[in-house]
Amino acid sequence: MSARRPYVRSMDGWWKRDAYFIRYMAREVTAIFVALYAIVLLFGVVRLAQGEAAFNGWLHYLTTPWMKAFHLIVLAVFCYHTWSWFSIMPKTMPIMFVGGKRVQPGLITSTGIAAAVVASLAVLFIVKGMHP
Amino acid sequence: MKRSNEPIFWSMFGAGGMLAALIGPALVIITGIAVPFGLFYAPDTMSYANMLAFAHNWLGKIFIFAVVALFLWHAAHRIAILLHDFGVHAVALVKLITYGGAFVGTVIVAYALLRL
Repeated sequence: MSARRPYVRSMDGWWKRDAYFIRYMAREVTAIFVALYAIVLLFGVVRLAQGEAAFNGWLHYLTTPWMKAFHLIVLAVFCYHTWSWFSIMPKTMPIMFVGGKRVQPGLITSTGIAAAVVASLAVLFIVKGMHP
Repeated sequence: MKRSNEPIFWSMFGAGGMLAALIGPALVIITGIAVPFGLFYAPDTMSYANMLAFAHNWLGKIFIFAVVALFLWHAAHRIAILLHDFGVHAVALVKLITYGGAFVGTVIVAYALLRL
Protein backbone atom coordinates (compact mmCIF):
# COMPACT_ATOMS: atom_id res chain seq x y z
CA MET A 1 0.00 0.00 0.00
CA SER A 2 1.44 3.33 -0.94
CA ALA A 3 1.08 6.44 1.14
CA ARG A 4 -1.21 9.12 -0.27
CA ARG A 5 0.64 11.90 -1.98
CA PRO A 6 -1.98 14.58 -2.55
CA TYR A 7 -1.11 17.37 -4.95
CA VAL A 8 -0.13 20.54 -3.13
CA ARG A 9 0.41 23.57 -5.28
CA SER A 10 3.81 25.06 -4.64
CA MET A 11 3.89 28.47 -3.00
CA ASP A 12 7.38 29.20 -4.35
CA GLY A 13 7.59 32.68 -5.81
CA TRP A 14 3.92 33.37 -5.07
CA TRP A 15 4.57 37.07 -4.80
CA LYS A 16 5.87 37.26 -8.38
CA ARG A 17 2.51 36.17 -9.81
CA ASP A 18 0.81 39.52 -9.61
CA ALA A 19 1.87 43.19 -9.78
CA TYR A 20 -0.17 43.80 -6.63
CA PHE A 21 1.86 41.20 -4.72
CA ILE A 22 5.12 42.62 -6.09
CA ARG A 23 4.16 46.07 -4.76
CA TYR A 24 3.23 44.47 -1.44
CA MET A 25 6.60 42.75 -1.26
CA ALA A 26 8.52 45.91 -2.21
CA ARG A 27 6.70 47.74 0.57
CA GLU A 28 7.46 45.07 3.17
CA VAL A 29 11.12 44.73 2.17
CA THR A 30 11.71 48.42 2.97
CA ALA A 31 11.59 47.28 6.61
CA ILE A 32 15.00 45.61 6.24
CA PHE A 33 16.54 48.97 5.34
CA VAL A 34 14.65 50.76 8.12
CA ALA A 35 16.12 48.22 10.55
CA LEU A 36 19.65 48.59 9.14
CA TYR A 37 19.47 52.39 9.34
CA ALA A 38 18.18 52.19 12.93
CA ILE A 39 21.12 49.90 13.77
CA VAL A 40 23.59 52.42 12.28
CA LEU A 41 22.06 55.15 14.47
CA LEU A 42 22.03 52.79 17.46
CA PHE A 43 25.78 52.28 17.05
CA GLY A 44 26.18 56.05 16.88
CA VAL A 45 24.42 56.51 20.22
CA VAL A 46 26.44 53.73 21.85
CA ARG A 47 29.69 55.22 20.48
CA LEU A 48 28.62 58.67 21.73
CA ALA A 49 28.21 57.23 25.22
CA GLN A 50 31.68 55.65 25.00
CA GLY A 51 33.46 58.96 24.46
CA GLU A 52 34.97 61.20 21.83
CA ALA A 53 37.44 58.77 20.25
CA ALA A 54 34.76 56.10 19.84
CA PHE A 55 32.27 58.57 18.38
CA ASN A 56 34.82 59.98 15.94
CA GLY A 57 35.46 56.43 14.78
CA TRP A 58 31.76 56.05 14.01
CA LEU A 59 31.69 59.41 12.21
CA HIS A 60 34.68 58.36 10.12
CA TYR A 61 33.01 55.04 9.35
CA LEU A 62 30.07 56.96 7.84
CA THR A 63 32.44 58.54 5.31
CA THR A 64 33.71 55.23 3.92
CA PRO A 65 32.59 54.48 0.32
CA TRP A 66 30.51 51.47 1.38
CA MET A 67 28.57 53.46 3.95
CA LYS A 68 28.06 56.34 1.52
CA ALA A 69 26.70 53.92 -1.08
CA PHE A 70 24.59 52.20 1.58
CA HIS A 71 23.01 55.49 2.65
CA LEU A 72 22.20 56.47 -0.94
CA ILE A 73 20.29 53.19 -1.26
CA VAL A 74 18.65 53.75 2.14
CA LEU A 75 17.51 57.22 1.02
CA ALA A 76 15.86 55.77 -2.10
CA VAL A 77 14.18 53.07 -0.01
CA PHE A 78 12.97 55.60 2.59
CA CYS A 79 11.45 57.76 -0.15
CA TYR A 80 9.69 54.66 -1.44
CA HIS A 81 8.54 53.92 2.11
CA THR A 82 7.06 57.43 2.42
CA TRP A 83 5.22 57.07 -0.88
CA SER A 84 3.93 53.55 -0.19
CA TRP A 85 3.03 54.34 3.44
CA PHE A 86 0.65 57.10 2.39
CA SER A 87 -0.54 55.14 -0.65
CA ILE A 88 -1.93 52.39 1.60
CA MET A 89 -3.05 54.79 4.32
CA PRO A 90 -6.60 55.11 2.94
CA LYS A 91 -6.87 51.36 3.60
CA THR A 92 -5.05 51.18 6.94
CA MET A 93 -6.81 54.06 8.69
CA PRO A 94 -10.48 54.16 9.77
CA ILE A 95 -12.78 55.61 7.13
CA MET A 96 -12.92 59.37 7.66
CA PHE A 97 -15.95 61.57 7.08
CA VAL A 98 -15.92 65.35 6.77
CA GLY A 99 -19.29 67.07 6.61
CA GLY A 100 -21.06 63.75 6.07
CA LYS A 101 -18.91 62.93 3.03
CA ARG A 102 -16.27 60.24 2.92
CA VAL A 103 -12.76 61.68 2.51
CA GLN A 104 -11.47 60.40 -0.84
CA PRO A 105 -8.46 58.00 -0.78
CA GLY A 106 -6.49 60.19 -3.18
CA LEU A 107 -6.85 63.17 -0.88
CA ILE A 108 -5.59 61.17 2.13
CA THR A 109 -2.52 60.03 0.14
CA SER A 110 -1.67 63.47 -1.22
CA THR A 111 -2.19 65.12 2.18
CA GLY A 112 0.13 62.55 3.79
CA ILE A 113 2.86 63.03 1.19
CA ALA A 114 2.56 66.81 1.49
CA ALA A 115 2.89 66.49 5.29
CA ALA A 116 6.01 64.34 4.81
CA VAL A 117 7.59 66.91 2.47
CA VAL A 118 6.88 69.72 4.96
CA ALA A 119 8.14 67.70 7.96
CA SER A 120 11.30 66.59 6.12
CA LEU A 121 12.12 70.12 4.96
CA ALA A 122 11.50 71.36 8.51
CA VAL A 123 13.99 68.83 9.92
CA LEU A 124 16.59 69.69 7.25
CA PHE A 125 16.33 73.42 7.95
CA ILE A 126 16.06 73.16 11.75
CA VAL A 127 19.37 71.27 11.77
CA LYS A 128 20.83 73.85 9.39
CA GLY A 129 19.62 76.61 11.72
CA MET A 130 21.18 74.94 14.77
CA HIS A 131 24.63 74.81 13.13
CA PRO A 132 24.82 77.48 10.44
CA MET B 1 -10.96 34.69 25.54
CA LYS B 2 -7.28 35.44 25.86
CA ARG B 3 -6.53 39.00 24.95
CA SER B 4 -4.35 39.46 21.90
CA ASN B 5 -1.10 41.39 22.27
CA GLU B 6 -1.28 42.27 18.58
CA PRO B 7 -2.60 45.86 19.08
CA ILE B 8 0.53 46.79 21.06
CA PHE B 9 2.88 45.57 18.34
CA TRP B 10 0.70 47.02 15.62
CA SER B 11 0.59 50.48 17.21
CA MET B 12 4.38 50.54 17.53
CA PHE B 13 4.62 49.37 13.93
CA GLY B 14 2.27 52.18 12.92
CA ALA B 15 4.05 54.85 14.95
CA GLY B 16 7.45 53.82 13.59
CA GLY B 17 6.15 53.67 10.03
CA MET B 18 4.59 57.11 10.35
CA LEU B 19 7.74 58.64 11.85
CA ALA B 20 9.87 57.04 9.12
CA ALA B 21 7.48 58.24 6.42
CA LEU B 22 7.43 61.81 7.73
CA ILE B 23 11.08 62.50 8.57
CA GLY B 24 13.01 59.32 7.59
CA PRO B 25 14.29 60.71 4.28
CA ALA B 26 15.48 63.92 5.98
CA LEU B 27 17.35 61.98 8.68
CA VAL B 28 19.08 59.79 6.09
CA ILE B 29 20.02 62.88 4.06
CA ILE B 30 21.58 64.52 7.14
CA THR B 31 23.35 61.63 8.89
CA GLY B 32 24.11 59.41 5.91
CA ILE B 33 24.67 61.75 2.97
CA ALA B 34 25.04 65.52 3.56
CA VAL B 35 27.36 65.34 6.59
CA PRO B 36 29.56 62.41 5.39
CA PHE B 37 29.84 63.92 1.88
CA GLY B 38 30.48 67.38 3.37
CA LEU B 39 27.49 69.00 1.64
CA PHE B 40 25.21 71.84 2.74
CA TYR B 41 25.87 71.55 6.49
CA ALA B 42 28.72 72.94 8.58
CA PRO B 43 31.50 70.33 9.00
CA ASP B 44 30.97 70.22 12.79
CA THR B 45 27.19 69.63 12.54
CA MET B 46 27.53 66.07 13.85
CA SER B 47 30.70 66.63 15.88
CA TYR B 48 31.12 64.91 19.25
CA ALA B 49 30.48 68.16 21.16
CA ASN B 50 27.33 68.97 19.19
CA MET B 51 25.86 65.48 19.36
CA LEU B 52 26.69 65.26 23.06
CA ALA B 53 24.89 68.56 23.69
CA PHE B 54 21.91 67.28 21.68
CA ALA B 55 21.80 64.02 23.62
CA HIS B 56 22.17 65.82 26.97
CA ASN B 57 18.98 67.75 26.27
CA TRP B 58 15.85 65.85 27.32
CA LEU B 59 14.06 66.68 24.08
CA GLY B 60 17.09 65.41 22.19
CA LYS B 61 17.12 62.20 24.23
CA ILE B 62 13.42 61.61 23.58
CA PHE B 63 13.88 62.30 19.87
CA ILE B 64 16.83 59.91 19.49
CA PHE B 65 15.06 57.25 21.53
CA ALA B 66 11.83 57.59 19.55
CA VAL B 67 13.60 57.35 16.19
CA VAL B 68 15.78 54.34 17.01
CA ALA B 69 13.21 52.37 19.04
CA LEU B 70 10.19 52.99 16.83
CA PHE B 71 12.13 52.30 13.61
CA LEU B 72 13.26 49.00 15.14
CA TRP B 73 9.72 47.99 16.24
CA HIS B 74 8.30 49.03 12.88
CA ALA B 75 10.86 46.93 11.03
CA ALA B 76 10.49 43.99 13.45
CA HIS B 77 6.75 43.74 12.79
CA ARG B 78 7.17 43.83 9.02
CA ILE B 79 10.08 41.39 9.01
CA ALA B 80 8.05 38.96 11.15
CA ILE B 81 5.27 39.07 8.55
CA LEU B 82 7.79 38.85 5.72
CA LEU B 83 9.26 35.65 7.17
CA HIS B 84 5.75 34.20 7.43
CA ASP B 85 5.13 35.13 3.79
CA PHE B 86 8.25 33.24 2.77
CA GLY B 87 7.05 30.12 4.54
CA VAL B 88 8.86 30.40 7.89
CA HIS B 89 6.14 29.23 10.24
CA ALA B 90 8.11 28.81 13.44
CA VAL B 91 6.01 31.58 15.02
CA ALA B 92 7.68 31.60 18.44
CA LEU B 93 11.19 31.65 16.96
CA VAL B 94 10.30 34.38 14.44
CA LYS B 95 8.81 36.54 17.19
CA LEU B 96 11.81 35.92 19.42
CA ILE B 97 14.23 37.06 16.72
CA THR B 98 12.25 40.06 15.41
CA TYR B 99 10.49 41.48 18.47
CA GLY B 100 13.30 40.22 20.68
CA GLY B 101 15.82 42.06 18.51
CA ALA B 102 13.78 45.27 18.67
CA PHE B 103 13.52 44.87 22.44
CA VAL B 104 17.28 44.43 22.85
CA GLY B 105 17.92 47.49 20.63
CA THR B 106 15.43 49.54 22.66
CA VAL B 107 17.14 48.60 25.93
CA ILE B 108 20.61 49.38 24.53
CA VAL B 109 19.64 52.81 23.19
CA ALA B 110 17.79 53.67 26.43
CA TYR B 111 20.81 52.60 28.52
CA ALA B 112 23.27 54.56 26.35
CA LEU B 113 21.09 57.69 26.45
CA LEU B 114 20.61 57.52 30.23
CA ARG B 115 24.33 57.03 30.78
CA LEU B 116 25.15 60.20 28.83
